[in-house]
Amino acid sequence: MSNYSLSIRPFGVHAILVEWPNEVQEAILNDILQFTSYLESNCLNVNKWEIVPSYNSVTLILREEPIDFNKLKERLGQWYLQRDKAQERQRYLWRLPVCYDLDFGIDLIEVSEKLQMSVAEVVQAHTEHVFTVYGIGFLPGFMYLGGLPQQLEVSRKTTPRLKVEKGAVGLAGKQTGIYPQESPGGWNIIGNCPVPMFNSKSNDPCFVNVGDKVQFYEIAHAEHDLHKIEGEVGIYKLEKTKWDA
Amino acid sequence: MLKVLKSGFFTTVQDGGRLGYLNKGVPVSGFMDSFSATKLNLLLDNKESAAVIETTMTGPTLEFEEETYICLGGAHISVTLNNNPIQNYKVYKIEKGDILSYGRLKAGFRNYLAIKNGFKTPEVLGSRSWYYPLTPKSHLKDGALVSYETCLAYDPKISEWQVDSFLEETVLEVAKGPEFEFLDDRQLEELFSKEFSIANDYNRMAYQIEQSISGHTINLLTSATLPGTVQLTPSGKLIILMKDGQTTGGYPRLLQLSDKAISILAQKKYKDTISFKLF
Repeated sequence: MSNYSLSIRPFGVHAILVEWPNEVQEAILNDILQFTSYLESNCLNVNKWEIVPSYNSVTLILREEPIDFNKLKERLGQWYLQRDKAQERQRYLWRLPVCYDLDFGIDLIEVSEKLQMSVAEVVQAHTEHVFTVYGIGFLPGFMYLGGLPQQLEVSRKTTPRLKVEKGAVGLAGKQTGIYPQESPGGWNIIGNCPVPMFNSKSNDPCFVNVGDKVQFYEIAHAEHDLHKIEGEVGIYKLEKTKWDA
Repeated sequence: MLKVLKSGFFTTVQDGGRLGYLNKGVPVSGFMDSFSATKLNLLLDNKESAAVIETTMTGPTLEFEEETYICLGGAHISVTLNNNPIQNYKVYKIEKGDILSYGRLKAGFRNYLAIKNGFKTPEVLGSRSWYYPLTPKSHLKDGALVSYETCLAYDPKISEWQVDSFLEETVLEVAKGPEFEFLDDRQLEELFSKEFSIANDYNRMAYQIEQSISGHTINLLTSATLPGTVQLTPSGKLIILMKDGQTTGGYPRLLQLSDKAISILAQKKYKDTISFKLF
C-alpha cells in the first residue's frame, strides 16, 4: 500500500480537512475510503463526528466542541499509516433504469448535436460505462458521478434552468448525475430515472455511498411510469451487486 | 396546538439541527441564530436543542390552544400578548386562547419563540427543523397547527435574563478557511480593510455580499462546505453559506465564521453592514 502525501488543514474550529493530491483518480478515492473506514471503526466516535469524503478530500466535523487542531493533525498522520485494507466497507454496483425519451431528455438533441453523435450513440455511451460516486452533495442524495467517457463531455448550459424535474439525468463537463428532487440546475438533461434517490423516512435515506458504482440501463416510457409508482409506494426493488475495489 | 392565524413572511420550526447526514448531502439546518435560540431554551429549562419557532422579518399572529410557558428572543420586535407589550428573554405564562401578535421589526431579522418542552412537530431524520422537501412544508402557512405539550405549572429558576444584545454588532469573527492561503495580497487587503453589505439575495441557505473583491481562476474539486463558510466565486463574489446551505461546493473556502459570527449574520438583512476579522 503506497502512501500519498496528505495536506491536513484547519477548517474553522469545528472541522479539519484532509486533502489528497488535486486529481480525480480511482486510486485516490479508494485510499480516502479505506482511511475513512479505518477512522470510523477505530479512531473517531461516529456519534460525535461527521465524516464527509469527496473526490480528493475528507472533512471531519465535530459540532459540539472545538478541535485541538495540532493534536488531531498529528494523530491523523499516525492513523493514516496504520490504516488497514481489511477495514473497508462493502461497496456496491447499482444498476439504475433511465428513460431517454425526448420528453424526458429535453436537451438530448442539443447534446447529440454538440457531441456530433446520434441520440442512440449518446444513450449507448451513457449506458455502457460504469460510473463512480465521487461525492454526494449539492442536494440531499445528489451523486457526483465520475468516469464519464470523454466523448460525452459537454459544458453546462449557459443559463441554468429555474426548474429541473425530480429524477432528471444530467451531463455537465466530466460528470453525470441524477437530480434527486426538483431544483434549479444547469446540467444538460438527457433522461429521467424513476428510482427515488432520497427517502427521508428511512434511517439510511440514500442507499448509495461515496465509492459505489452506478450503471444506467435504458427503459421505455411505460416501464419508467411503472417503476415510478413502485418507487413512490416503496416496493421498487433495487438492483445491486457487490463490488470489490 | 398553536394555531397560526397569520403566518408572517417566512416562519418555520427549527431545532438544534439535523446531525449525521452530511455525507448524504443533507444540510444541518436548525436555528439560524443559535446563540439566541439556545438561551431561550435554557430559560425555559428545555434541552438546548428543543424546537422553537423562527420568524423572519415580519412575524406571525398566533393563538395558543393550551396552557404553557413561552419566551421570545433574537430580533427586537414589538410583540403583544393579548394586546399587552411583552419583552424578549422573559418567561410568560400562557392561558388557553391567548393571542401573540408580532408587530414592527426594530432591530435584527429573526425572532425566536420558545415554548416549555419545545414544539412537537414530527421528526424527520432525527430533527424537527423544517427543510423542504425533507419536511412536507418549507414554512408555516395561515391556519397551520403546531403541536406542543400542555404545561399547567412550572417554576422558572430565573424568569428574566439580561442578554447582551449583539444585534448592532457588525464585525464577524472568522478563522482561516482551507483555501485562505490561495489569497494574494490584494485580495487580503480587500477582504479585511473593506466594509461589506448584504446583497438582496440572502436566506437560510446563504448570504450573498454586495461588493466583490478580485476574482480568481482556481479550479478545485468538489469538497465539503459548512454553515459559516465564506466562498469566493471566480468573478469575485463572496457567498456565506448558512444553516440550509449545500454540504459540498467547488469554490475556494476563504474563511470560516465562528459560531457567534453565524448568529450575528443571521440577524442581518439587505444593506446591513458587516466586516471580517481574523481571531
